Amino acid sequence: MQANAALEYDYSLAKKFTFLTILFGFLGMLVGTIIAAQMAFPELNYLLGEYGTFSRLRPIHTNTVVFGFTVSAIFATWFYVGQRVLKVSMAESRFLMVVGNIQFWLYFVGALLATVSLLFGISSSKEYAQYEWPFDIVVVLVWVLWGFNIMGLIGIRREKALYISVWYYLACFLGIAMLYLFNNMAIPTYFATEGLGSIVHSVSMYSGTNDALVQWWYGHNAVAFGFTVPIVGMIYYFLPKESGQAIYSYKLSLLSFWGLMFVYLWAGSHHLLWSTVPDWMQTMGSAFSIVLILPSWGSAINMLLTMKGEWNQVTENPLIKFMVLASTFYMLSTIEGPIQAIKSVNAIAHFTDWIPGHVHDGVLGWVVFMVMASIFHMAPRMFKREIYSRKLMEMQFWLQTTAVVLYFTSMWIAGITQGMMWRAVDEYGNLMYSFIDTVTVLHPYYAIRALSGVMYLTGFIMFAYNIYKTMTAGRELSEEPQFRTPMA
Amino acid sequence: MFFHWLEKNPFFFAAGISIVISFAGLLEIVPNFAEAARPVVDLKPRTVLQLAGKNVYKKDNCISCHSQMIRPFKSETDRYGAYSLSGEYVYDRPFLWGSKRTGPDLHRVGNYRTTDWHENHMWDPPAIVPGSIMPAYKHQFTNLADIETAYAEAVTVKNAFNTPYGPEFKGTRAAWEAHKPKVLEEAKRIADDMKNKDIKEAVARGEVPEVVALIAYLNSLK
Repeated sequence: MQANAALEYDYSLAKKFTFLTILFGFLGMLVGTIIAAQMAFPELNYLLGEYGTFSRLRPIHTNTVVFGFTVSAIFATWFYVGQRVLKVSMAESRFLMVVGNIQFWLYFVGALLATVSLLFGISSSKEYAQYEWPFDIVVVLVWVLWGFNIMGLIGIRREKALYISVWYYLACFLGIAMLYLFNNMAIPTYFATEGLGSIVHSVSMYSGTNDALVQWWYGHNAVAFGFTVPIVGMIYYFLPKESGQAIYSYKLSLLSFWGLMFVYLWAGSHHLLWSTVPDWMQTMGSAFSIVLILPSWGSAINMLLTMKGEWNQVTENPLIKFMVLASTFYMLSTIEGPIQAIKSVNAIAHFTDWIPGHVHDGVLGWVVFMVMASIFHMAPRMFKREIYSRKLMEMQFWLQTTAVVLYFTSMWIAGITQGMMWRAVDEYGNLMYSFIDTVTVLHPYYAIRALSGVMYLTGFIMFAYNIYKTMTAGRELSEEPQFRTPMA
Repeated sequence: MFFHWLEKNPFFFAAGISIVISFAGLLEIVPNFAEAARPVVDLKPRTVLQLAGKNVYKKDNCISCHSQMIRPFKSETDRYGAYSLSGEYVYDRPFLWGSKRTGPDLHRVGNYRTTDWHENHMWDPPAIVPGSIMPAYKHQFTNLADIETAYAEAVTVKNAFNTPYGPEFKGTRAAWEAHKPKVLEEAKRIADDMKNKDIKEAVARGEVPEVVALIAYLNSLK
């Protein structure tokens, strides 16, 4: 190939993972909406017999959105962004294409089987790490194959300097690998005896307080390296590309990246404030959570300042609107988290609905918005067609933004109400409320949250429909758009 | 400049990330590991039936809504009993502290709820606690608990982590067959306090419905 000829990128894997992102996103949000409704209307627990209770479905919701939706999106965008910033096409290496396809099928089949296993109650009960050991092995294999692809593509790159997004994908790969391996260390009981009992059952290598520490070191940082790091990697690529603006500050991106790498993992113990974990660890968790505001806001501010002088694009291009909203919600979520990590605030907030509220303004407002924006940007390039409907996109934006606001406001009120009622005492120092009083009072907020789930899911269906119509009925493009995504 | 060099050398870049992200785990988790593995005085590991119950607790994912961690506040000790100690959890694999209290804490539920309360409550929660949003777990009255797996778990933790189970806990089928009557005997003591005829008959047949194991586990939470 001539050195200055335009590269033909191979998007086949990016497309496949995009389909999975939409599929798992729909399933995960559907189950999420169902369980939200169950908390408001408990009769809905009995739709599927023993398989339909809130407790069985909740891990399916979390695992499908984490390991289904988000991980698919990470893979999809990697197989798009990776080639472009490294200036090398996947098609140049048959080996990497084969590895990528094995990764896809193993991941797809593994994710479906793992979901079914949770439905049957095969679960380690460690949050966001519920898969039992056979599925853990599949996860590790998929991850190693992805690692091959990252390293391989980097190995044959033409652009010598790694672009910022690649830093984040690399960190995502390394971080999740380390966390997942250590947290899921377990001994299968079947093989530790003469084949007694169930073959899928295992016991954790850690116990009690130690298990809690390892679990929340994992749990908190699965959020870091799954919901933050790769998503920041996405916005560092897609926002400049879509807006035609250069990143505002290289130094700020350096500070945010290395700061995030160092600080994030310390904060895990803020999930264990007031527990039996030693005091100094709790204090470290609190303190580092506050420090974490710096690198988090560093990235978000870098993104917002990238739009400097070009804010008119927010009104002209709905995709810019999605990304600006995403980084704004990232700022909200990363100031809210540290506030909850202050010990006296945590005493009220912990165990209440304020926590799911916090999680969801992060994931719904930041992660899902950024993923959808990425797919909207990639679709015309991958399918060589214009986005089907700008109008639908605008409607979707407002519907889902309203949904997120309803979600977190209702859960803020619910959480603080519950936290205050648990500790309320009368003039003689006796507890004022029985536990059930603090449950029934939440009914309206649970109902509002269920409504917000329906709205958000509807928005996601509009998104999926828009992408589907883009693929099949969008106006064909003769050449790849440079910056702004064309839309009808 | 150092960072420009680093960004052109992916190997060192990846090595740099790995070093920087390892600090927290090494400095925050490792130092206390041995200390946190020390049990409180007289702590006994759970019986096989209780372990089977814990696995029902895991299977139906009670952790979604119930914590097992009483924090050191007066409002919590008034409601649930003495605050939790690290040494009480050392045989818990995994830990089941939970992160959400849609329902109340259960760490000392064995002190103030009884077998028949649980029996009625698992069958129809709102009938016992009006306004409850907990689903009924009627399937636990017909599904059988996996006591063999629970036994395998006891043997595994004994061999791997020196959890103090007696010398009769061996990983052979013969040892399991020899231990099984003890599990059934304990199950019978639970079933004696229950009203459900089908449960009593099942236990008499040598079967252990899930709810029996679960109640044995909940009663052991003290």
